[in-house]
Amino acid sequence: MSVGVPKGLASSGQKPITEITHPLSAAEEPLSISLSAGGEKEAWLANGTPGEMSSPASTSSLFNRLQLDDDLEDGRDPFAITDTRDLFVTVDDPKKHVSTMETYITYRVSTKTTRIEFDLPQYSIRRRYQDFDWLRIKLEDSQPTHLVPPLPEKFVMKGVVDRFSEDFVETRMKALDKFLKRVADHPVLSFNPHLNAFLTAKDLNKRQGLALLTKVGESVKHVAGGYKLRARPAEFSAMGEYLETFSQKLGNIDRIAQRILKEQSEYLTELREYGTVYSSWAECEEELQRPLEGTAGCVATCCRALEDQSESMNQDFLPVLREYVLYIESMKNVLRKRDQTQAEYEGRLEAAVLRRQEERTPIPAEVEKCQDKVECFNADLKADWERWQSNKRHDFKQLLTGMADKNVSYYEKCQAAWESLITLLQDRQTEDKSNETN
Amino acid sequence: MRRAASASSADNSGASSRRRKMMADSESIEEVAVIGNTDITPTEAENNIVNTMVERGTSLLKKMEISVAEAEKRTGKNTVNMQETYTVYLIETRPAESVSEGGTPATPDTLWRRYSEFELLRTYLLVTYPYIIVPPLPEKRAEFVWHKLSADNLDPDFVERRRVGLENFLLRVASHPVLSNDKIFFLFLTEEKGWREAVLETGFQDKVDSRLKSLNATFRVKNPDKRFTDLKQYSDELNTVISQLLRARAKVADRLYGVYKVHGNYGRVFSEWSAIEKEMGDGLQSAGHHMDTYAASIDDILEEEEHYADQLKEYLFYTDAVRAVCRKHELIQYELELAAQDLAYKKQQKEELVTGTVRVFSLKGMTSKLFGQESQEQRESRLTALEQNIQEGEAALKQKNAECREFVQTAWEDIERFKEQKNKDLHEALISYAIMQISMCKKGIQVWSNAKECFNKM
Repeated sequence: MSVGVPKGLASSGQKPITEITHPLSAAEEPLSISLSAGGEKEAWLANGTPGEMSSPASTSSLFNRLQLDDDLEDGRDPFAITDTRDLFVTVDDPKKHVSTMETYITYRVSTKTTRIEFDLPQYSIRRRYQDFDWLRIKLEDSQPTHLVPPLPEKFVMKGVVDRFSEDFVETRMKALDKFLKRVADHPVLSFNPHLNAFLTAKDLNKRQGLALLTKVGESVKHVAGGYKLRARPAEFSAMGEYLETFSQKLGNIDRIAQRILKEQSEYLTELREYGTVYSSWAECEEELQRPLEGTAGCVATCCRALEDQSESMNQDFLPVLREYVLYIESMKNVLRKRDQTQAEYEGRLEAAVLRRQEERTPIPAEVEKCQDKVECFNADLKADWERWQSNKRHDFKQLLTGMADKNVSYYEKCQAAWESLITLLQDRQTEDKSNETN
Repeated sequence: MRRAASASSADNSGASSRRRKMMADSESIEEVAVIGNTDITPTEAENNIVNTMVERGTSLLKKMEISVAEAEKRTGKNTVNMQETYTVYLIETRPAESVSEGGTPATPDTLWRRYSEFELLRTYLLVTYPYIIVPPLPEKRAEFVWHKLSADNLDPDFVERRRVGLENFLLRVASHPVLSNDKIFFLFLTEEKGWREAVLETGFQDKVDSRLKSLNATFRVKNPDKRFTDLKQYSDELNTVISQLLRARAKVADRLYGVYKVHGNYGRVFSEWSAIEKEMGDGLQSAGHHMDTYAASIDDILEEEEHYADQLKEYLFYTDAVRAVCRKHELIQYELELAAQDLAYKKQQKEELVTGTVRVFSLKGMTSKLFGQESQEQRESRLTALEQNIQEGEAALKQKNAECREFVQTAWEDIERFKEQKNKDLHEALISYAIMQISMCKKGIQVWSNAKECFNKM
């Protein structure tokens, strides 16, 4: 059994990853072995009891420790795995539900997969924002050492925006789609049974999740005793500093983008007015009527091009910035949790060392376990950090080239309009000249 | 014929541009003539702007090249002995033949003039040729400015634009079939000293006063000429619409400036951000430079666009000149109607005297009733006087009629000329505006493509 099951896993879900020998994938295999060896896998699939949830973290960290060495010698772009994805999810088709109790939006969540954890190759269910929220909490609880992608904000800013407006729903849908895709692409999170349940179950049993949340909340509180870390590894301090600066720059970019949109919309208002004046001028001219009308038309074309450009900035540019602002928060959160884990370990170690000096007892297994936990956490976090960095690089490359493209296309549209105006004006001129010669 | 004229004109503006170091060499005539060539460089486009503002190839311009080559700031005492700073403009003239012969062009005759002297010249022309639409001067103070543009009269950009405007004014006058032959205008171009005295000697100042009086007087013409009322209405509309357009354009320029300059902030942020990135760093850093370039490019774009605004402004001011001609026509028409009315009255009086009937209550009727019939002799002498008056009146009416006819004829001729010039100028102004817009688009495409390349390297 311990041989058969992992093989089966590998052939369906894991194999493509192992084939490319990605550091993360190398780590996957021990997971399945340990899982099946511990007999926990069946338990998960049977009822999904969250009671076992603490173990995946530690098991995954086991292999992550192995992975670390790989990582050093293999700086391969983690994006290679995107080619071998075997779990595809899409969020689309928002629908409004009105009942006596409440009004809400559901989104269609479609899944296509070849993984054997799924009974069917395809699923299509409807979920509302709350369900996504539930999933995220579950993921964070069950995989505390991993970076869970952010959800769009729950509350609309200052209540100015209409929650049921088409724009809002559209933007949120895109963000939810992004969230789910990121989870599905994650080498560890995508195997989380809660994700499975979220993607396949007709009804989600969310009660247990809430109970767990309070439990975890307590444990977090328990550790967060304001303990000062003795030696936080420099790389994690660097991560924290990076996030600080990055979030600051991101905030600046967001502000600039918003300001540009504002300036553009004001420019648009004036430009429209400007175009109208040409039209009214055309009305009181004879010979100049057509040239002036042409100019008015040209200005109107430029207005439309600008509208398109602003629209795409609003729809494509700003949401990505928002997502990353939230992403940074998630990342900081994970860093904080790591610090807490380290703090717990350091605390216990100190106590143990003290006791040993007095009683000459060996360091208890409990403390060693704690040390393991810290090391697992570090490894998971580093892996996720690398993954996040490379995602970020990819996303911003796409975002910024997209912005450049939009601007180029805006200018191209305007240029084409002005060039056709010149053609029109010149036709007129040659016409006049031929009239003169006649 | 047209080609040759434009050649001299192109060289002409070349001479002026040379000092601004904007032209590398005189452009070929072909390139200037083919305006539709959208690949025209800014220099060529500028050349176009300068040229299109003036109807080419008429009398004085054929004999003489005229340019306002330089502007200089001076400080001096004015009439009330107060210190003041003003700008003088260098007018260069030279015989046209010297250039076409190909050899080294003759050294131009030069003289300095102040804006106020240009004003005096224009007032003189306005009074002397009431039936001509006298070309306007460039604005005295910068109007329709957007906030980044200085409204200061001594601002170098403003002085430069005024220099171009003044040159344009001179070229307009010099190419006008009537105005170009004016002695005073010729002296303005050639005699630095004594010109002012020569103008004053013409006694135009008296006419200025009476002209002002008559222009401010209110009177109602009984039979207005529809052509002139239509023209007046048109110039009112044109005035309104160009003002609107200029105002709108200034706002558009303001906003566009904002859009570009805000992009400049990306430059700074990208550069700061690049400091914490590894692989992305270089791409971000250089993309940031392109954003700086983008933000900086708007200054030149809008500066160039001011030429277009100046072209529109010229026609805005032209509307005043058109209205002045219409007003003058109204005045002449009014005088004609007065003369006719006067004559009619005298004729009526004569008729009364002859038939002895008093149709209208009059003081004379009253006196005759009170003091009895006047003697036959008295009647005779009054009749002769009246007849004399009538004859005079008829002559006056005839003269007024002729005057009016002549005014209408000459004025209309100039109006037709003006209309043609206006259509052509504005048509070409629109083309050069479109060329400017295209060049702006091309710059935008260039910068964003460069930036994209950098982003792609991230």
